[in-house]
Amino acid sequence: MAVAAVKDYDFPPADTMDKFHGAQLLYIGWEDHLLFCAPFAFPFPPSMRFGDIVGGVLPGAFGYHPDFAQIDWAKAEWFKSGKPFAPDFDKSLADNGLAHKDVIRFRTPGLTGIEGSCS
Amino acid sequence: MDMQVARKKLGLKERYAVMTRGLDWTPSYQKMEDIYPYMSYEGIKIHDWDKWEDPFRLTMDAYWKYQAEKERKLYAIIDAFNQNNGHLNVTDARYINTVKLFISGISPLEYVAHRGFSHVGRAFPGAGPRVACLMQSLDEIRHAQTQVHSISNYNKYYNGMHDFHHAHDRVWFLSVPKSFFDDAITAGPFEFMVAIGFSFEYVLTNLLFVPFVSGAAYNGDMGTMTFGFSAQSDEARHMTLGLEVIKFILEQDPANVPIVQRWIDKWTWRGYRVLTLVAMMMDYMLPKRTMSWKEAWEVYFEENGGALFKDLARYGITMPKCAEQIALEKDHLSHQAWSTFYNYAAAANFHTWTPDEDEMAWLSSKYPNSFDKYYRPRMTYWREQAAKGNRFYNKTLPMLCQTCQIPMIFTEPGDPTKICYREVDYRGEKYHFCSDHCKKIFEDEPEKYVQAWLPVHQIYQGNCFPEGTDPTVEGFDPLAAVLKYYNLESGRDNLDFDISEDKKNFAEWRGQATRNI
Repeated sequence: MAVAAVKDYDFPPADTMDKFHGAQLLYIGWEDHLLFCAPFAFPFPPSMRFGDIVGGVLPGAFGYHPDFAQIDWAKAEWFKSGKPFAPDFDKSLADNGLAHKDVIRFRTPGLTGIEGSCS
Repeated sequence: MDMQVARKKLGLKERYAVMTRGLDWTPSYQKMEDIYPYMSYEGIKIHDWDKWEDPFRLTMDAYWKYQAEKERKLYAIIDAFNQNNGHLNVTDARYINTVKLFISGISPLEYVAHRGFSHVGRAFPGAGPRVACLMQSLDEIRHAQTQVHSISNYNKYYNGMHDFHHAHDRVWFLSVPKSFFDDAITAGPFEFMVAIGFSFEYVLTNLLFVPFVSGAAYNGDMGTMTFGFSAQSDEARHMTLGLEVIKFILEQDPANVPIVQRWIDKWTWRGYRVLTLVAMMMDYMLPKRTMSWKEAWEVYFEENGGALFKDLARYGITMPKCAEQIALEKDHLSHQAWSTFYNYAAAANFHTWTPDEDEMAWLSSKYPNSFDKYYRPRMTYWREQAAKGNRFYNKTLPMLCQTCQIPMIFTEPGDPTKICYREVDYRGEKYHFCSDHCKKIFEDEPEKYVQAWLPVHQIYQGNCFPEGTDPTVEGFDPLAAVLKYYNLESGRDNLDFDISEDKKNFAEWRGQATRNI
């Protein structure tokens, strides 16, 4: 369906990649840890190494949670748009096939939040 | 010289006819479609505007008289409240945060409603709805003004309200109510009437005003309670207008039914998402609770709304499909919303806190199926950490829903442990949604929602810093710059209630008023 309008209605989208000063948006959620109320939005250069996000950025974002220190990244399960995804930590976002406004999530088996409440 | 001859007074019905319908005429040298250019593009067909019935039969002169009387009473009470330091009689200073939420989130909407109704009043060719819309437009600006006047007294003593309109246009969570109304006023006049006149004013308004006004009454806030009562008789008129307009449209042409149904589905959901703020206010922010969000939803939507949609069934209108999902969310909505504001307390214009033991017991009793299992552990953990000096302030920006603009906090219908993710590819760009309903709204009019001003994305684009800010300098603190852009003072207007100036001042002033110190 299209919007009803009195004349041509065509405006540029507000969030195309060219507006983010060389960065692309990547959304990252941690399954079963709703202490963080929502997934996070990050602006990263497409050339950023995936492992640098996990090692350098996620601790600042998720580190408050007592489960975070116990994560075994080798066992973490990743999803991209809800489907299983196997990121290569040594490759860049672009080489991992991650584009502007992609959403990824990770599940950490055995870690289910405060008292197992998924908080 | 003409002699003034006393004429017989007109009856109410005649007066109404002369002073409303009598103001209308058929143009002779201009085309109707040039004078009323927005009447056909939405696809709604109206054959006879005279079929419009105005149940109130109110004329402008009577309107002024009634409103002036209400104003006199209202301002007398507000004056008394202010002169007697009424703000020190509220239950406790946490309550004042609901007032902050109201002035920055709701009052600016009253003003936009004023603009919206004056616009649609001009757009309708029928004299009946035009006069009714004019009055509602005036009501709405009166509500905005009385709210500003009542709440300005709190602004003299407490933080976070000093620039509410500036905040409304900028602060991340206020984009939720703002974009809701922007969506409505940029729609056509018929959609606006269904969106605001019917779905919001008729179906959902009780869930907004009753909680705030009775919350004010329960918590000793005479000022807010009084403007609520002063608005109440207007609201009754607005509800009648909303219902009348929908019946009129549906009766005019059967082809109108599916269009109106789509709008009802859309706007019930859009309105409900905005009410997320009310849900958390009821369950977490009122020191003296009135009823739970869940109870309010059951009474005002499931019972009253259920009866309404039964009544509309004869026109072919059915209960919006989203009602099923809302029923699943009612055990979770307020807890998820409060968690969000607890997370982002550093970036809001009001304070948050964790519920105490008594309040958690109340939440358990009102939400036996969800609170203890999913939310008590979270609140308790936060409380313990705060007591150890490790209060949680989430400093990483959240992912937002493209339609409702709320962070992606909502869980899958039926599974409160999993965030609900939905996405759409449109013209080579990805868009994300909190729910099937927000996704459907986008898919119906993608050209509109791709333009959404999403606060998180705008911050990352560099559009939410004060002019002249250089985000590339070393040690740049984006949160501090964003708060400056919001005109909020960090450490004063934001953060936890426990360390707030509000809490400290209230205790001191109340102490002076009640003890010999």
